[in-house]
This record gives sequence, C-alpha cells and structure tokens, in this order.
Amino acid sequence: MYQFIYDLTGNVIISTLVTAVFPLVNVLIVALIGVYLERKISAWIQDRVGPNRVGPFGLFQTVADFIKMMQKEDATPTDIDGKLYNLAPVLVFTGCFAAYAAIPFSSQLIGSEVEVGIFFILAVSSFTVAGILMAGWSSNNKYALLGAMRSAAQIVSYEIPTALVVLSMVMLMGTLSLTKISEMQTAYFWNWNILGGATLGLSKFLLIPFMIVGFIIIFISTLAEVNRTPFDIPEAESELVAGYFTEYCGMKWAMFMLAEYGNMFAVSAIVSILFFGGYHSPFGYLGNSLGINWLIPYEQAFWFVAKGWFFILVQMWLRWTLPRLRVDQLMSLCWKYLIPYAVVNLVVIGIISLL
Amino acid sequence: MKTYFRNTWLGIYTVLVGMKITFKHLFTPAVTIQYPEVKLKMPDRVRNRLYVNIDDCIGCDQCARACPVSCITIDTVKSIPGEDLGTTSNGKKKALWVTKFDIDIAKCCFCQLCVFPCPTECIYMTDVYEFSEYERERLVYKFSSLTEEEVNQKKLNLEKFQAEKEAQKAAAAAAAAAKPKPDAPAQPSAN
Repeated sequence: MYQFIYDLTGNVIISTLVTAVFPLVNVLIVALIGVYLERKISAWIQDRVGPNRVGPFGLFQTVADFIKMMQKEDATPTDIDGKLYNLAPVLVFTGCFAAYAAIPFSSQLIGSEVEVGIFFILAVSSFTVAGILMAGWSSNNKYALLGAMRSAAQIVSYEIPTALVVLSMVMLMGTLSLTKISEMQTAYFWNWNILGGATLGLSKFLLIPFMIVGFIIIFISTLAEVNRTPFDIPEAESELVAGYFTEYCGMKWAMFMLAEYGNMFAVSAIVSILFFGGYHSPFGYLGNSLGINWLIPYEQAFWFVAKGWFFILVQMWLRWTLPRLRVDQLMSLCWKYLIPYAVVNLVVIGIISLL
Repeated sequence: MKTYFRNTWLGIYTVLVGMKITFKHLFTPAVTIQYPEVKLKMPDRVRNRLYVNIDDCIGCDQCARACPVSCITIDTVKSIPGEDLGTTSNGKKKALWVTKFDIDIAKCCFCQLCVFPCPTECIYMTDVYEFSEYERERLVYKFSSLTEEEVNQKKLNLEKFQAEKEAQKAAAAAAAAAKPKPDAPAQPSAN
C-alpha cells in the first residue's frame, strides 16, 4: 500500500500517513455505520422503526452518541487496579487494530504484505483475551470478573476450531499469505474456495461440501471469538450487567465498542479471504473490460469492503435471530461438535488435496 | 452416534428456520405508531377532557351534584326581571347568571356521571387527551364567560333589586300596619 500511495502522490510523508491512517478510518467508519445498522436492523427484525430522529433516517444517531460519549466524565470506581484498568481498553483495541495491518483490502491496499498474514492475525487478535481479562480483573467488580473469565474461556476454546479450519485452508492453498490466498482465487465467483478453488478437476467438485462445512465452522467460531450473540455470554446484559466493561464509561468504554465492531469487520474479512475470494470481484472487473487499469485496485477495495459488510450484516441478522447460549451449551458446541468436525474436515481436505 | 448427527443437523436446520423468519420480518413494515406525528383516531364514546358549552348552561348545578369527586364548582346569580339571558339551543329559557363554572380536571375521574344529568347537554367529554401542565392550578378550567366586573355588576343588580323588593315589601307592610282594619277581630297568637 505504501508503494501504491507513493506512486500516486510521490510524497513520502503523505504515503506513510495514509498507509497508517487508512485502517483506522476503516475501523471508525465500520463502528459508526455498524452501530447505526445494528440498531436499525434489530428494529426492522422486531417490526419497529429504530433511530429516526437525528438527521435523515436517524443517520446521525451514532455521531450524536459519540459526541455524548466524548463529554462524559471519566468516572473510575474506587479500589481498582489503576494501571491495568487504564491499559485494558488500549490493549483490546490494539489486538483488534493490529489485525488490520495484514488484511489485504485490494491487491495494492495492504498495510504490510507479511508472508505469515493469517498466522499474524490469529496471533495478534489473541491480545484481546489479555485485555478483556485485565479489564475484568482490575475493575474490582464481580460481574466484570465473571464476564472476563467467561470471555477468556470462550475465546481460547473457539480459537481451536478457527485454527483447524485455517490450517486446512493453508494446507490446501500452500501459503499463509493472505494476498496470495486471495490471488489464487481469481476473479470469478466459481473460482472461490467455497466452490472448490481455481483448479478445475475432480478435486474441485469433491472439495465443495467440505468447504461449506469449513465455512460454517469458521463462521460460528469467529462469531464466538468476537463475543457476539448467540455467543455473547461474556457481556450477557441480563445476567452480568455489561460483562467485562461494566465499570468503564466514556471514551474507554467507546474503545471497547470500537474494538468490537473492528473485530466484526476483521473476522468477516478473514472469512471472505479464506472462502469468498478476498478482494476479487465475483463478475470480473470493469477496469479490465474498459481497459482502464488504474481502476482495478479501487474495484477490488469496493468488493472487499462489500464482502466484509455482507458478513457483518449476516452476523447482525444472526444476533437478532438466536437467543444466547448457556455456558455449558457453548462449551459442548465447541468441544463436542465444532472441533471433531473441523478435525475430520482437515483430514479429508488433506486427502483430497493430495489427489 | 445417531443422535450426534441428528443434533448437528437439527442445530443447523433450526438456525436456518429462525433466520428465514427474521428475514421475513426484516421487510414487514413497522407496527410503531410515531405518536406526536401520527395519532390514532379516538373511539366515538371516548372519555377525555370535559368541555362545557357555557352558552347552553342554565346553571342548574346537577352536574356538580352528580360528581363523585366534587371537581365541579358552580356559582350562580339570579337574574332580575328586566334582564334577558336568551334561550339555550334546545329552547330552555335561562334564568341564572353562571358566574363561576370551574372544573378541576386534576381531580376528575373521567366517570362521565356529570354528562348524563345535564338537561341541555352542554357538558360533555371531548377527545382531547394532551393537557398536561407544569402547575397544578392550570388544570382548573374556568368556563364562565362573565368577567369579574360583570359578575360584580350582576351581584350588585340583584342586591339592588332585592333591596328594592324588600323596601317595597316593607313599605307595603308599613302601609298595611298604618291602616288597621277595625272590623277584623284581633287574632290571638297561635303560640
């Protein structure tokens, strides 16, 4: 991305700044629109109207909320562990934000083309667990502590099916680099991994059912990793007030929310890179057919963001469909169902890829 | 093993069924009525704020007597013979100045018992239901159309008239006393 902007502007400072700020802007936009859409979609699903007072169709509701949050007093409870308490939201947000460094928005727009992209994302997003545990522990609040413990248990156990599916995909594609994984699923939807990948042959058709199983497993487990309903037991409102960020308010609380929506997009991005062609358009490129080559990266960025938003919408749709799982159900879903299926899937995909 | 696969299948299938239902609801129009902008039409015999058409009121005080919470206060002043108060819309002749017709709607229990006894049907329930106030005094609705000056004038008129009448009576009595009837035997007092 640095090189791309540098070629565009010819200025070192501008290209560095844009490279650094672009993912942050993306996270902010995702949070801004995400919160609005979350409320709108929940309203529509429940046959309500949703926010419609601030601006046209209530579009500025999130902006108003944000301004309110900025004005809030930074109230801290007594007997907290000050250092951990202040560090926790930063750490949670770092875990979410660092993942964006390796996410390819298009063939040009990628923060850093690391060869171990998917591994880096899995590793860095585990930061979140530490942050959540710190938040829960330092708040000196039983609800917060319970929420943090639940969250840690949940994220750690759901990382296993995620990692297993990612492993099977890495085995199939032969690379950890997200750019290469995206490049291999060239620009038509029948070349996507969910439909068996780009190589035509018997293995393509054999792979399809296992790809679908893999997609379902990784979608469920990443949903659990970002603590969203039906896996929102760490912040179960009806049992734990607000879970691990019960004692936070104002901007620190906003950072947790920002991290949640940032994580939603990151997770959707991973799913779409692994199974839905990453930044590739499903119908070929306008730039190719018109002969305008510079248009292609922008088209790719559009398709990537569109796919990310599609999965965010599916997450929201699921959230307002399903009730929350109990702790034991959550654990049995992970250990008894997802992990065995993921292991079998891994083995079968391995055998097919040998064919 | 059979139940295991069955559970898996049921898990996926029921989630999809639920998602189908919520997806349908995504496109059903909202049932919300956005109140201040959109108002439901009230039923015909709705009981809300009381209204008194004071032009038709004859000051009979029947509504005030019917009221179980005594929220209606009526004061009247008799008219003197020369005055014409007009008639009500159903042809009754008015004989009393209604100097005060206060309804304390804060006390009102919306029982509608005041509405039925009214001979001229001048007190009735309207469909106005938004009448909250910041001060309780402002919930006392004054329906009398007479100003304070007019009320004092009417009272003065009546007093004058009564005084005149009294004076006439006294004069008549005095005249009677001054002209005793000699034929009539003196009546002994009954008690």
